[in-house]
This record gives sequence, structure tokens and C-alpha cells, in this order.
Amino acid sequence: MTLLDERRGGTHPAASGTPAPPAGLAAWARDLGMGLRFAAGGGREGWIRTLLTAVGVALGVVLLLGAASVPQLLQGRDVRGQARQIAADMPVKQSSSSLVAAEADSEFRGTRITGTLVRPDGPDAPAPPGVTALPRPGEMVVSPALKDLLASPDGALLRERLPYRITGTIADTGLVGPNELTYYAGSATLTTETEQGGHRIGSFGIDVGEATPSAILVVLIILACVVLLMPVALFIATAVRFGGELRDRRLAALRLIGADVHMTRRTAAGEALFGSLCGLLLGGLLFLVGRQFTGLVTLWDINAFPSDMTPSPALTVLIALAVPAAAVAVTLVALRGVTIEPLGVVRHATARRRRLWWRIPVPLIGLAMLLLSNRVDEGDAQVNPTVVAGGAVLVLSGITLLLPWTVEAVVARFKGGPVPWQLATRRLQLSSGTAARAVGGITVAVAGAIALQLFFSAVQSDFTSHTGQDSRRAQMSATLPSHDMSTIRKMLKEFRDTRGVRSTIGVIEASVTRPGPLRKGEEFAPSTTLTVGDCASLQELLHTGPCKDGDTFIVTDHTGTADDDYILETARPGASVLFHADPQSGKPVGKPRLWTIPKETRKVRARMDPSGSLAFGIFATPGAVDTSRFHEPTARAMLKVDPSVPDAAEHIRNTAARLDPLMQIITLHHTTRDQQFTSIRTGLLVGSTVTMALIAASMLVSTLEQLRERRRLLSVLVAFGTRRATLAWSVLWQTAVPVLLGLVLAVAGGVALGGGLLRMAGKSTFDWSAIWPLPLAGAGLVLLVTLLSLPPLWRMMRPDGLRSE
Amino acid sequence: MSIGHTLLGLLESGPRHGYDLKRAFDEHFGQDRPLHYGQVYSTMSRLLKNGLVEVDGVEAGAGPERKRYAITDAGVTDVAQWLSRPEKPEPYLQSTLYTKVVLALMTERNAAELLDTQRAEHLRLMRGLTERKRKGDLADQLICDHALFHLEADLRWLELTAARLDRLAETVRG
Amino acid sequence: MTPAGSLLEAVALHKVYGTTPALDGADFSLHAGEVVAVMGPSGSGKSTLLHVLAGIVRPDSGTVRYGDRELTALNDTARSALRRTDFGFVFQFGQLVPELTCVENVALPLRLNGVRRKEAERQARDWLERLEVEDIRGQRPGEVSGGQGQRVAVARALATRPRVLFADEPTGALDSLNGERVMTLLTDAARDTSAAVVLITHEARVAAHSDREIIVRDGIAREAVGAA
Repeated sequence: MTLLDERRGGTHPAASGTPAPPAGLAAWARDLGMGLRFAAGGGREGWIRTLLTAVGVALGVVLLLGAASVPQLLQGRDVRGQARQIAADMPVKQSSSSLVAAEADSEFRGTRITGTLVRPDGPDAPAPPGVTALPRPGEMVVSPALKDLLASPDGALLRERLPYRITGTIADTGLVGPNELTYYAGSATLTTETEQGGHRIGSFGIDVGEATPSAILVVLIILACVVLLMPVALFIATAVRFGGELRDRRLAALRLIGADVHMTRRTAAGEALFGSLCGLLLGGLLFLVGRQFTGLVTLWDINAFPSDMTPSPALTVLIALAVPAAAVAVTLVALRGVTIEPLGVVRHATARRRRLWWRIPVPLIGLAMLLLSNRVDEGDAQVNPTVVAGGAVLVLSGITLLLPWTVEAVVARFKGGPVPWQLATRRLQLSSGTAARAVGGITVAVAGAIALQLFFSAVQSDFTSHTGQDSRRAQMSATLPSHDMSTIRKMLKEFRDTRGVRSTIGVIEASVTRPGPLRKGEEFAPSTTLTVGDCASLQELLHTGPCKDGDTFIVTDHTGTADDDYILETARPGASVLFHADPQSGKPVGKPRLWTIPKETRKVRARMDPSGSLAFGIFATPGAVDTSRFHEPTARAMLKVDPSVPDAAEHIRNTAARLDPLMQIITLHHTTRDQQFTSIRTGLLVGSTVTMALIAASMLVSTLEQLRERRRLLSVLVAFGTRRATLAWSVLWQTAVPVLLGLVLAVAGGVALGGGLLRMAGKSTFDWSAIWPLPLAGAGLVLLVTLLSLPPLWRMMRPDGLRSE
Repeated sequence: MSIGHTLLGLLESGPRHGYDLKRAFDEHFGQDRPLHYGQVYSTMSRLLKNGLVEVDGVEAGAGPERKRYAITDAGVTDVAQWLSRPEKPEPYLQSTLYTKVVLALMTERNAAELLDTQRAEHLRLMRGLTERKRKGDLADQLICDHALFHLEADLRWLELTAARLDRLAETVRG
Repeated sequence: MTPAGSLLEAVALHKVYGTTPALDGADFSLHAGEVVAVMGPSGSGKSTLLHVLAGIVRPDSGTVRYGDRELTALNDTARSALRRTDFGFVFQFGQLVPELTCVENVALPLRLNGVRRKEAERQARDWLERLEVEDIRGQRPGEVSGGQGQRVAVARALATRPRVLFADEPTGALDSLNGERVMTLLTDAARDTSAAVVLITHEARVAAHSDREIIVRDGIAREAVGAA
């Protein structure tokens, strides 16, 4: 800039006789300083302008600092989460410094509870992070949030499930987030033999090293950054222009007293610099204040300590430098289209038509980059982040480039129409650039959000389809942690007696193997499942027909999911099966335990069970087989819950915890409402709505600015009897037309970008429901801006404006 | 400009000797042409004859005897009539108008009204000129414009004076 | 030309802005078809008088009667409607909508009155022709000279054939020659359409285009002595 400036100066030698004005850096410093003084001491109008810019920039800076904290946030959570993990795959020898631990997670009214049972082997057993001493049997240490919950009336039911005496709280270092419900309870019985748990460890924590996130996750993170930060950048660029008209007039006054074009530009840059520096400071302050409240917010099940919200130093420096630099750059660019003459300001808004030829290739190149890049399959890390990010940025910025052209091209075609429409479209024809700039942010936000949502929904589609679970037949299911038949029966009875349980379906399953040597072509002995349950329970799994105790059934699968021939290798009426065999060779382990499948066993069809799976294999009523001969049987209980009983699910979990704190309870749903997916979707919607609100704020400011500038004209229009509604409609159209065009572009661009990403991820499902809320939000925004600008409009439509002579 | 009316107006604020009258006249209105003492005497004797002033008293002194003049009721009426009568608009009126304004202020009459009256008179003439211009040829228009601009200049001066009447009043009375 | 009754009559108008009285018992009457100049020093309340007479501003007290209607008793909607149909306005500057072309500006009040666009623009062209600015009809106000702009404003004010034209310093921003021309065109056109004109001006040469003048001083309007 400075060099350029000097070169220009050289072509216009200073008039002889006058002292040469300071050149280069000195001139820059002087003029920037003058701008700073203007911005700081410009009277009320000057302050309002500076304030608007500062607040706008500050909001952007808060978002940027928040984004810069994400690495630290995630890392902090990861580090603390890993530090308390139980390394199940690295068992240690029993010693005085080892302990046995088992995960005993639960859920309370939809909130996850992270629980761990611990049993020290000796006095030197280590405590988990954040805990000073391991709890003794019957005692527990809890997170502050869990302590509060248990102490509150709401937590009474949970208290039943965690009957341990609270002997301490877990410090922050042992928690992933401040709102986390976590406990460590001492156990006297836990062994490594215990079902579903019991790992002997020498210390807490696992070292997974530098985590390599999945390729798809990388793509998502890059996209999220681009999508959320581009509008912020655009917003900052808009905020710097707040009050530009007023500033231009002031600069014209400067020209009148002898400032040259370069001086005025540098002065303007100085003003912008001051505004953005104030914004930077204000943003920093807001961020510091705001992070104290991070603990109160839970987003996507993530909730963080204020200390986690620490922006990375490199990014902070980058923000601190880039924001003011961008402010100066934007001002200089904006002034390119304006000639400030001593007697006024001339805009070349219509002088140069926007050209399409160089705009079109940008998004196309971006799309091509996405389409030509490697396919990402799950786990495959062969994705080049630069290509993805570059492609996405090109597509999104291509949209912002296309927008001004589109607005100009479309608006130019509008002729006639009712008066409000005419007023609005003529205004847009004259200054489509301002409108397009304001809307640019919305367009990027919406396009990006659409693309992300499409991508999310496709990636998640495998898991979100109809689960097949039938929540009318049973609502909860549990795998019982016992191989002992009498215990299993007792447990099933306990569940039956629990408050809120209508009925239970209980089955005991064991594996049976075909006896005898391997046949030709077999690599292992065929086996299948033997399921035992009473008629009522079996009828939930099979189309048994008439059933009485002592009946047996063989189930082949009519859907073709399971290999019937393979099942029938083992499950033939009259054939014998082996209860305990080596899974490879099929040879009996110990004394062969054999059972003969009765000849009269009927072949029946399976029925979808409440958990959505199709059973197959051999089924027997208790009278047909002696379950005590089973090797390692497992029992499943499916529970039908009475919906009229409040907290039925919590009562059931309490029962489960009483039977065994390690028992897993699963809630059955008609469809999987993948909590994470829903919350990501909500988060995106919230994020893009916040971005849009931010943009709405800047649109509002520019609308008001424009109205204020036209105060006199408005008064004149009122004088000759213009209805308020006429002007209100014109404001609405003036906002709505560019937003509508922006949204059309955004949907097109978003679908294109989303499509490109989907192709890259090798998916093809398209979830159109991901798209419609965003344009809807955009429309709401237009209404909001219009509504908010109405009161000032009414005020300005008073005849006072005529008096300013 | 009527010296008689001016001197009458000066007497309205109180009786004065002839020499006082000359001094007051010179101070307020005689910047360019001071009044000759003889003019005062001849004017005063004319006013005495017309009953507009009377001799308030005679002082004997070292020099010639000095008569003190006072205004009569008829004189006051005459001043009022003169002040409220607009001057025929013509160039170089300002000395008369100025005298009238100052006298109106000194005699605590409404000077603004005096200005309004004069403006109306000017406008009447200007309307006629404008109408003539409307119908006339270019030569007519140019001649009318000359008159119009002069008349407007008078009026502008009047407006300016009116706007500064308060300050003028302080000077004159103070 | 019209019966004795006045077209627009105001009695004892009072209006205070903040603590400054703008009108302090002003009276006013206007007969159909006459041109009345309102003169007076700056800040005397001239413009406020015009705003009150035109029903733009409601006085604190006093009444304005237009024909057989009491303007001061009408609500905002009714007054707006009246301004659209019966009144026209010319101001000193900044009255043309900068985005609209000249012809669209002139057509605007017609369209606000419900005239269809084609017809409104046809009439607007006639008016521009009459005010000798037909050639700039496709240009925007920013591209024409001050004199041309004021002529467009006069055309716009007269396009609805108002019964009263309110002109607030219509030539205030023009040089003598242009001001003269605009005034001549304005008064001629007003007389042709028998519109009465309330003309605010501080210039005697402009006021000389009127039939009579009113002086406003300290918020009081008075008929000039000796006129009429």
C-alpha cells in the first residue's frame, strides 16, 4: 500500500512552493491518527457509529474466540475423559496397588449418569482423578451436580438406586464437564469374574495417544468451521461499514479543507480501525465474562468448564491482528466505489454492471474439487482436508459472489408493480450492492447449514432408520448378569413385581452345537441358539400356534436374513445337540452333555420380537429341557411398562440396580431417536439461526440508517398523503427481495455442496426435511427486521423531518 | 426626509433647547450632513406657527436667550401620522426609513408595524412590476427587473433592520 | 371567482415545539384560487403555519376549516387522504424520491390515489411537458439540475389537480433566473387549474407573484396593513 501510494504520489509532483506533505509511513500514521480522533471525538453521531461498529465487531470476535477455544475445549474434555478410563484390555496382576473397577453407567430421566464400581486390592490402590480417597464399600464419591440432584426432591428416586453414603465430591479434574452426573462407589464383592465388568487395573486412565479422528469427522469439523465462520467474517465486514454515509459526508468536509483522496481514504481507514479495535476489546471482555457462564450451557450433551474455553494462543493472535486489518481492508475496498469530492459524495453504484463470467467458475471449481477428491469411507483417513476445506470455501464464497450479480440481474428486470413494490425495487436497482452484502452472510450460513444437515442425515441414516423395535409390546429390555437359573427366575420375578411393569417376557438362551466330527468343507462345527421360555414369552418371539409346556419348536427364517441351511445343520427334529463344546472343533468340553430334540418338534416361523430382532434356532418350553444343564446361559427380560405410572422407567432401573449395579437396561423405541444426531441437527439450526439473527441485526442497522438518511423524504411523502402501510410494505419488499434471492441461491448452493459431500462420503440418501426449516427461518428474519424497523419508521414519518431546514 | 417631523419626534421624548435639538439630530441622523443651527430655528418657527410646538420657557444666560421648545398634542398626532404613512417606494429611501425607525423606537412606538406597512407598500409596487413583466417583452422585463431588484434590496434592508430592532432600541434609548 | 366564503380558514392556532412556541394565536384565511404569500423572518413560524394548514401537523389548539370540514377534527387517515386528493406540496429541496425517474416521481401521487400506472405516467408526461422539462422524464433526480428538479416537483404537486398548493420556499435553492421561471410556471399552472396557493417565502420578488401577503412574526400571522 505504502509503496503504491508513493508511486502514485510520484506521478503528481507537488505544487512548487508548498512544503512536501509527509509521505509513506508518516502520512499513513498521521491520517490514521486523524481517523482515530474523528472516531473518538466525533460528537454524538461519531460515537453512535463507532459504537455500532464496535458492538458488531465484538459479537463477531466473541464467536471467533469461541471457535478458537474449540480445540482446547475438546482436548480438555478428551484428556479428562481419558484420565479416568478403565483400561479393560490391559489387565494387571493383583497387588496392594491394584484395584478392580467396573463401569456402572445409568440414566436418570434422560440424563446420562457415569458410574464406576471400585474395589481396591490393597491400601495403595490409586484413586481416580479428582478423587482423594477411594470410597469404601457402601460409600461413594459424587460429582457436585449429582450431589445436588440427590439432595433435591427430584433426586429421591435416584437415591434408591444409589443407596451409598456420600463421603466426598469429585474435583473438576475428574469431570469432563461441570454438569456431569458422575459417581464412584465402593464395592465389597466386585471381582474380575463378575458378569459385564470387573477389570483389574493398576491406575486409571488410558493413553490412546494422539487421536486420529475419522475422516468423516474431519470433513464435518472443517465444514462446520467454514460454515460458521464465513458469515461471521462477512458480518464483521458489514459492521465496519455501519454509518458509512455519514462518514463519507464528513470526509467530503475534509476534502473541502484541502485533504487529498489518499488522505481521506486513510482517515476513513483510521476510523474503521478505531471501531474495530474497540470491538476487539469489547469482544475480548464479553468473551471473558461469557466464559464464566459456559458451565450453565449444555450443547450437544457437551458442557464445559470456563477454563476449557481458552482460545488457542496462535488463533488469538491471529484474530487480534486479522480483525483490525480486515476492517481497514474492507473500508479501503468499500471506498473504491466512492469518490469523495469536496462538495459531496459520488457513488458509482450503477456505473459498472456486474459481470458473470468470473463469478460462475468459483463455485464450480469448488464443486469439482469435492467431486474429484477421494471418497471417504468410514475409518478410511485418505481425505485431504485442504481439498475439502478449499472446495467448501470455494462453493460458499462462490455463492456470495453470485449473489450480487443475481440480485442486480433479477432486480433490473422488475418494472412497474404497485407503489410499494416500485419504491422497493427501484431502490434495489440503484444500490443492489448494499442489499446483497447484507444478505451474503445469510446465504452462506444457510447454504452451509443445509449442506451440513444433508451430510449429517446421510451419514446417520444407517442408524436412524426404523429400528424394528416395537415399543407397544415392550418398552425396556435387560440382559440379566447371571448364568444361574434360579437367580434368573428370581430376577424376572423381581422385575414383574416392580411398580409400573405390566408384564415381562423372559427367556434363557444358550448355545448348542452339533455333535460329531467336522464334515467336508466345514471350518468349524455348526451351532445355533436354544431359547427357553414359557408359552407366553415364546409367543412374543414365534408364531407358535397352540402351545403347551413341553412343546419344542424349530425356527427358520422366512425373511432370508439368516442362513436356514446352516441353522438346520444343528436344529433337526430327533437330532442330538451338545451343550458345551469347543466352538472350533465342536468336540465336547468335559463330559459330553447331550440333549435330543424331540421328534415332534414343529417348524414354525419367527415373529419380530419387541426389540426388533428375529429369533431363530431351537425354542423349548421349560418342560422340554432341563435348563440347569446349560453352559453359560444368558437371560433376557423384556418389560412392558405401564405408561400411566410416572417414572416407571426409573423404578425399573432401580430394580435393576438393586439386583446388580452393573446390569444394563435398554429402552426400546419405535425408531431410533439418535440423541446425538437430533442434537447436532438442533445445534446446527440454532447456530444458523444465531448467525441469521446476527445478520438480521446488521440488516436492521443498515435499514434504519437508510431510513434516517431519508428522514426528510419520508416526511415529504407523508405530507402528500402517503399511507404508512405503503412505506411499510416498501421496507418489507426491500428486505424480502434480496433475502429471498439469497435463500434461493443458498438452497441451490447448499444442495450442491451437500450433494458433493455425500458423493464423497459414498452416500446417496437425500433428506429434504433437513432443508425447509432454514428458508423458513430466513423468512421469519425478514419479517422481524421489517417489524423492528416499523416503530422508527413511524417516528420518522412525523412531519418533524420537514423542519430541518 | 422631513426635518420638521424629525425634530418634532425628538421633542416627543421631552422639551429641549434649540441647540440640544441640533445635537440630538446630529448624533442620531446627521452623520453625513450635520444640521445648520439656522435650519433649526427656521423649522422651529414654522412648527410654532402651525401650533405643533410651543415655547416651554426662556432662559436668560450669558449669550443670547435660549428658548425651550415642547411638543403639543397636535404635534404628537402629526408625528404619529407621519410615522405610519408608508413612503413612496423609490431608490435611496434608507435615510428616511432609518429616521422613521429610530424615531419610532425613541418614542416607544411599534417599529415592526412601521416596517410591515412599508413592506406592503413595496410589495404593491412589485406586484405591478411583476405583472407588467409577465405580459411585457424582454426590454420591459429587464427594466422591471432593475426596479424589482432595487425594491427588494430596500425590503431586505428593512427585514435586516427589523431583525435587529432590539439591539437598535438599546442603542437609541440607552 | 368563488363565493364569499373562504376555502381554508384557520382561527387562533397555537403550536408549541418543546418549549418554543411556533404558533401563538395565528389566524389565516384563503379563498379559492388566490395566491397568498406568507412572509416573515426565519423561525417566525411560517413553516409550522403551513404544516398546520395542510393538516400535516395538528395544532395544540385552534381550528382549521377546509371547505365544510374541520381539518383539526379529522384523524390521521382522513387527513392523509385529504392531502392526497385536495392538496399539493412543493418544498425547497429533497422532495423527489431519488430512485424513481422524474416521470415516476410525478406519477407517484396519482398512483397513491389509485390511478393505474400507465395512465398516471401519461398524465405525468403531460405535466412535465407543461413545465418544460419533458426531455428529462427518464432521468433520476440526482441527474438533473436544481431548477429542473423543482419543476418536476411543481409538476408532481399539481398532477393531482389539487385545490390548494402549498409551496414552502419553492425557489429557495435556485438562482434568480431559475427561481423566476419556476415561480411563473407555478403561478400560471395554479391559476389555470384554479388551485389556490399558499406560498412561503422570504424573498419579496417571489412574494410579488402573489395576490396578497401575510406576515408571520412571533407565531402570529397578520394581514399586511394597507394591502387589498
